[in-house]
Amino acid sequence: MTIPISYYLILSAIVFLTGVVGVLIRRNIIAILLSVELMLNATNINFVAFSDHLQDLGGQVFVFFALTVAAAEVAVGLAIIIALHRSKSTINVEEFNLLKW
Amino acid sequence: MSQLFFGYFAGMIAITSILVVALRNPVYSALSLLVMFFHVAGLFITLHAEFLAAVQIIVYAGAILVLYLFVVMILNVAQDDRYHSQWRIAGVVCIPLLIESMLLLSGGAGAVNTGSRSLQSGPQDAIDTDNTLAIGKTLFSTYLFPFEVASLVLLVAMIGAIVLAKRDIGEHNT
Repeated sequence: MTIPISYYLILSAIVFLTGVVGVLIRRNIIAILLSVELMLNATNINFVAFSDHLQDLGGQVFVFFALTVAAAEVAVGLAIIIALHRSKSTINVEEFNLLKW
Repeated sequence: MSQLFFGYFAGMIAITSILVVALRNPVYSALSLLVMFFHVAGLFITLHAEFLAAVQIIVYAGAILVLYLFVVMILNVAQDDRYHSQWRIAGVVCIPLLIESMLLLSGGAGAVNTGSRSLQSGPQDAIDTDNTLAIGKTLFSTYLFPFEVASLVLLVAMIGAIVLAKRDIGEHNT
């Protein structure tokens, strides 16, 4: 009746790999930040699944902290995007090549 | 019944997460991420984490995604969004990762779920009775110091976002 923990691991792996692929292949910087959110959610699914599996509340508390860090990351990341867009008027990551050799 | 719920939530999460990457318009990507957040919250409810399901909807869907949509619409750049020019190299990097995870999952799937529910013991029954109460007690006793650090992280992020997004610091002096 209960779902085995490996199913949650497979789901989390699928979502995390989708996020990795999104970070690597997208050019829009907002889509890259959305893919980072996908990866954070994959880890959250893992944490909650193991918290239920092991009957330990520490996993759910860690999801709480991951959510805090995600909120901070979004605020700072979007502020950086706005500053970049103000200086170069584009959000295509291939235009930001100041640190490339 | 629980398999049915898990199948629905897992399928929708997988489909919408792929749509987030595949859709070309960032607004549509953000909206499919919204659908994914709701289904993740449903998955949390089936895992007896009701507090986190509520927080997931309030913080992710209510705050973070609204911030994304706000920035997408303030920048007004829905056009000319294509894949990165290095997407072939990225694919070459990702395919071994995919094969590796498939091998790990196919090798470990039979071994993991054999002893799944056998070691539940009696004294942790509080996890089922009141999820919010139990999380609050854990958060303010065992994890008190990380909780304080999280508040510091939020304060620094708030100040940093204001400083970064401000048009010109010190412009009002002149």
